Amino acid sequence: MTSIAGADRPALRGDGSADGARDTDPSSGSAADTQRAHSRSVELQIRRQDAPDAAPYWQRFRIATRPGDNVVSVLRALRADPITADGERVDPVAFEHNCMEEVCGACAMLIDGSPRPACSALLKDLGAVIRLEPLPKFPVVRDLMVDRARLFAALKRTRAWVRLDGHWDNHERAPRISQRQWAADYLYSRCMSCGICLAACPQFPDAAGRPADDSAGFVGPAALGQVRLLNAHPLGRYDKAERLHAIMADGGLTDCGNAQNCVRVCPKEIPLTTAIGELGRQTTVQAVKDFFGV
Amino acid sequence: MSGRQVIVVGGGLGGLWATLVIAGGGHRVMLFSLFEMMRSHSVCAQGGINAVLDMQGQHDSVEQHILDTLKGGGWLANQPPVKSMCESAPGLIRTFERMGVTFSRTPEGLLDQRLFGGVKKKRTCFAGASTGQQLMHGVDQQVRRLEAEGRVDKHEWWELLSLVKDADGVCRGIVAMDLRSLEVRAFRADAVVLATGGLGQLYTPQTTCSTNSTGAAASRAYQQGARFANAELFQFHPTAMIGEDKTRLMSEAARGEGGRVWVPKDPTDRREPNRIPEAERWHFLEEWYPAYGNTVPRDIASRAIWKICRELGHGVGGGDRVYLDLTHLDRAFVETRLGAILSIYRKFAGTDPLGAPMEIFPAAHYAMGGLWVDFEHDPATGGVKPDSPRNHATSLPGLYACGECDYAYHGANRLGANSLLSASYSGRVAGEAVLSHLAGIERGAEALADAPFAAEVARQQSINDELMANRGGENPYRLHAALGALMTSRVGVVRDNAELDAALAEIAELEQRAAHMDLTESTPWANQTLAYARQVQDMIRLARVMTASARARDECRGAHYKPAFELPLPASKAASSATAGGNADPAWEAYMARWQANNERWLKTTVAEHTPDGPRIDFEPVDLSVLAPDQPRDYR
Ligand SMILES: Cc1cc2nc3c(=O)[nH]c(=O)nc-3n(C[C@H](O)[C@H](O)[C@H](O)COP(=O)(O)OP(=O)(O)OC[C@H]3O[C@@H](n4cnc5c(N)ncnc54)[C@H](O)[C@@H]3O)c2cc1C
Ligand code: SF4
Ligand code: FES
Repeated sequence: MTSIAGADRPALRGDGSADGARDTDPSSGSAADTQRAHSRSVELQIRRQDAPDAAPYWQRFRIATRPGDNVVSVLRALRADPITADGERVDPVAFEHNCMEEVCGACAMLIDGSPRPACSALLKDLGAVIRLEPLPKFPVVRDLMVDRARLFAALKRTRAWVRLDGHWDNHERAPRISQRQWAADYLYSRCMSCGICLAACPQFPDAAGRPADDSAGFVGPAALGQVRLLNAHPLGRYDKAERLHAIMADGGLTDCGNAQNCVRVCPKEIPLTTAIGELGRQTTVQAVKDFFGV
Repeated sequence: MSGRQVIVVGGGLGGLWATLVIAGGGHRVMLFSLFEMMRSHSVCAQGGINAVLDMQGQHDSVEQHILDTLKGGGWLANQPPVKSMCESAPGLIRTFERMGVTFSRTPEGLLDQRLFGGVKKKRTCFAGASTGQQLMHGVDQQVRRLEAEGRVDKHEWWELLSLVKDADGVCRGIVAMDLRSLEVRAFRADAVVLATGGLGQLYTPQTTCSTNSTGAAASRAYQQGARFANAELFQFHPTAMIGEDKTRLMSEAARGEGGRVWVPKDPTDRREPNRIPEAERWHFLEEWYPAYGNTVPRDIASRAIWKICRELGHGVGGGDRVYLDLTHLDRAFVETRLGAILSIYRKFAGTDPLGAPMEIFPAAHYAMGGLWVDFEHDPATGGVKPDSPRNHATSLPGLYACGECDYAYHGANRLGANSLLSASYSGRVAGEAVLSHLAGIERGAEALADAPFAAEVARQQSINDELMANRGGENPYRLHAALGALMTSRVGVVRDNAELDAALAEIAELEQRAAHMDLTESTPWANQTLAYARQVQDMIRLARVMTASARARDECRGAHYKPAFELPLPASKAASSATAGGNADPAWEAYMARWQANNERWLKTTVAEHTPDGPRIDFEPVDLSVLAPDQPRDYR
């Protein structure tokens, strides 16, 4: 017999197969349980790591699920009662989440080997056994928490901002932007700094042996998307040359190996390879301009 | 670099704006956040931000924005700050625009605006349906630039635990905990700004807020002497998705763009919504409030849905849900303007809101109340005096507050799209106030004696040590769930004094239990349970302030609804000119007399002060110097 963990969820007996709900502990009979009666249990296999330099290890948990559950909601439930499938009480699994609606980017992890946000990974679309690992490429802080400082360092490297005179109002009406351009630009502004595209990119260097906010190596697709966005802005355009020079340097655009993983995995469907293509043309023009000193 | 040292706690819109102003003014800013700035709750805001640009041919005016905000808020907001905020809104939008924010455009390439609740003009600027995220990108990038220039020093993954006061009671720094190493350390500063956001997690899981909107930081400041105002005024958003882990918001923009709320006329009707003919649908908001229809203010919409489901038993399938319907609208139009929320609904409910109506119910959303903050009235303009060091100063000298954690702009009910505005505007004003405050400081915090800092570190460390050692048997996660259930059922949309008394007793019991927690882990590295347990303790203390304040206010105002004290509106609708003096209808005359008498008694700010025996509740007058409150709220 295995015990099953989960905050205020009925303890299940049996093998926890996909329809293990029939094994719901009959001793609890609240209204909410009626709903849970239609649920099932899943096994989470979690790659754990106690500290950045500790060795990783695996633990299995069995947990009763409710309709609508996602990976974040079951991890939350597990916190209150972290008992492994072998009945051992262990420390709660560390993981990140805030918004639970796929906009803050915090919860990215490897789910069954694919990098994706955990909050929008619904259990109904996953199997009876779910494998969770920290997002690769980034240093592990603990368990499923990683340090994504490099992602933000890349935004500094690429000067991903507009240079304002100041935060005050200068009474100038907003520049005109066509709806067509808006629609193209807006796509890039949906980036939620989750790092999933970086995790999937074969060119983005692994964290091993690098500082958490390392500023060398490929800047990665997320920052390139922001360069594309800011270069198109009526004011951002003024510093286009600086941004292009930043991505023409080492670790810039030419490090892209065109694997196109980024665009496939980005949960916000940001057209990262289109951005990279556009920036390729922009850097070519910039190189010519640099050559003629204009 | 010269200049003074300032601490800003919070990396949402409020904190980032304050940082921009203070660092831009030549001072060093240490910016604290629980995580990277872009993960702050502000990124969740969907629908938009209000500013009168009058570009839709509707003769909108700043005066109308002021009136809508004051009246929508049950006249409870101090008026000069509201006036100045509405006047500053267009300039803020222009500044965001310069930062590169991707505001949606009209065919002429100008800023587009849409309709929101409680108003009749299209006044809401938006960036698709992810406005908060886009505004955040703008200020986050500006702060990153200052960081690259060495003017801002970010402390991400640090949690504020308490404030440090000098011998004169002036706030001169904070004690914070590194959420990875668990190190507890003091930081000195010549001013501290709190921009720590909302407190929807008091209602977990029935809330639209992020898990970090706990109110714990504001609770800590309160426990150290900062006063807390209008705590009972908390907004329930009418249209949240049904969900067991979280009730995700479906923005008011859905109704602003034409979405309709309805239930089947026959409550036993079990047909698929699309099969129910128009004539058999009850659009109760449109029927009850023909003038505003689906875009009545949120408190009114939430109560109407509550009434349909809980009192009339008329919810869909007899349950706690009504339909929010977009299916009659043009697909392409809705897709460009509401894409972000459509995708949330598709992902989490698994159905397409353009194919079938969404199912929604009210959920805890926004704290109108918060840390009490001051302002300086400017007789010359009727607004607040620019650059006054009093603006956004809490009752603790040296401590400022801005964003959702203050109480300043929304009275008893916030209008949609007014809080991205207030968070940004208040961040800027608080920043400017800090600049003036710094000019008056003679001795910098670096010269202060070490003792108060060391003492506060020791006090906080001992709380941690005790929690780590405690084996009391209470589980922090379960305590939080119990708190959420209690607040949702007893301090919710509809309130009653007997229920509130019961809630106070239950909260006292929870507080007792929270003193005997078992963290179930004692890891000294990235121990999330430790931080969480402390937050739960402070949430429970804040819940007590909220409930005690709700108990004290015996009336209905905005989101605070106690039916026992309701003044029902006369059956007839007042003529639009109906005001205090000019109404011939005797029913209205009688109503106006009672309404005004009630205002005499209750049109006051609730102010809670911490004492060892619990919150002491007091009332203070509201500054009504801009517009005399002579119009009751009647959105019919
Ligand atoms: C789902 C949703 C949608 C919304 N949509 C709209 C909208 O369309 N229009 C509108 O006007 N308003 C909207 N609002 C309201 C608006 O989003 C918020 O009021 C506003 O974003 C609050 O900003 P803030 O800067 O005060 O706080 P937040 O953005 O919540 O930031 C709080 C910051 O404080 C930090 N912090 C908190 N505690 C600590 C601590 N102890 N130590 C260190 N740091 C700490 C956090 O790390 C975070 O950086 C919406 C709200 C919700 C819930
Ligand atoms: S580009 Fe997409 S995958 Fe990459 S960080 Fe942004 S949202 Fe995440
Ligand atoms: S929790 Fe915010 S993206 Fe998943």
